[in-house]
Amino acid sequence: MTFRRYLVLAVVALTAPLGDTLLSLGMKRVGPVSLNHLSTLVHAIGTPDILLGIALLICFFASYLASLSWADLTFVLPATSIGNVIVALLARFWLNEEISPWRWLGILLITAGVGFVTRGPSYTEVKSACPVTGTEMSQP
Amino acid sequence: MNPPIPAHGLADAAMIAAIIVFATAGDVLIAAAMRGIGDFDEIRERSGMGGAIAAVLGNARFLFGVFFMALSFFALLFALSHADLSLVAPASASLTFVTNAVAAKIFLKENVDRRRWIAALFVCAGVALISL
Repeated sequence: MTFRRYLVLAVVALTAPLGDTLLSLGMKRVGPVSLNHLSTLVHAIGTPDILLGIALLICFFASYLASLSWADLTFVLPATSIGNVIVALLARFWLNEEISPWRWLGILLITAGVGFVTRGPSYTEVKSACPVTGTEMSQP
Repeated sequence: MNPPIPAHGLADAAMIAAIIVFATAGDVLIAAAMRGIGDFDEIRERSGMGGAIAAVLGNARFLFGVFFMALSFFALLFALSHADLSLVAPASASLTFVTNAVAAKIFLKENVDRRRWIAALFVCAGVALISL
């Protein structure tokens, strides 16, 4: 793992929770969506919060794809969950929000989980056929 | 005798289950696609950014993965408009770590050793707690 690859993982970690937060803010403004009026979901995409959220999620997706080309899914997902901790800490020290003891416990567990996974190998060497399609897989 | 499960509780569970199933299918298909394509940086050096993008967009597994991701995205939007964020976000986000670990072991043959199981379970519990 090079410094550049850790940087890509950091972009994955930060853009996903920030994008999701903006989406939830936007949908709260739009209000409940009925099954009979699903077109409301299309109109929701035009609101500023959801547009910015989608832009961040596009950044997330590009860096997520790059990371999956050189690391396992079961390495990338836990390793990038540190973004949730960063957002919580920003909320505490930047927005002065209160963090309950349960949230501090959550921060501790995520940090421990990230510590566990990042101390191990990032990629599984596979020589057999690709399990999904049966085609030969490229080697790292 | 146990009290009956309220109807909205079942609806919430169904919406959360749909998000998790679609997200896991999308993640596994996209991971399989990127694993098959190879190191993105090397492809970019060899064929340029256009060649790298073409390699990704021309991959059927990637396109199916994006389709399931899109289903998961709209299922999330739909669920957020009906159920509380404090329920949908932690439940779907945390359980997806566990379903992805199971699916990656079965379908991608990843080496999900004890270290990765512990990490997945810690992060699952942590994300649930931090989102409450």
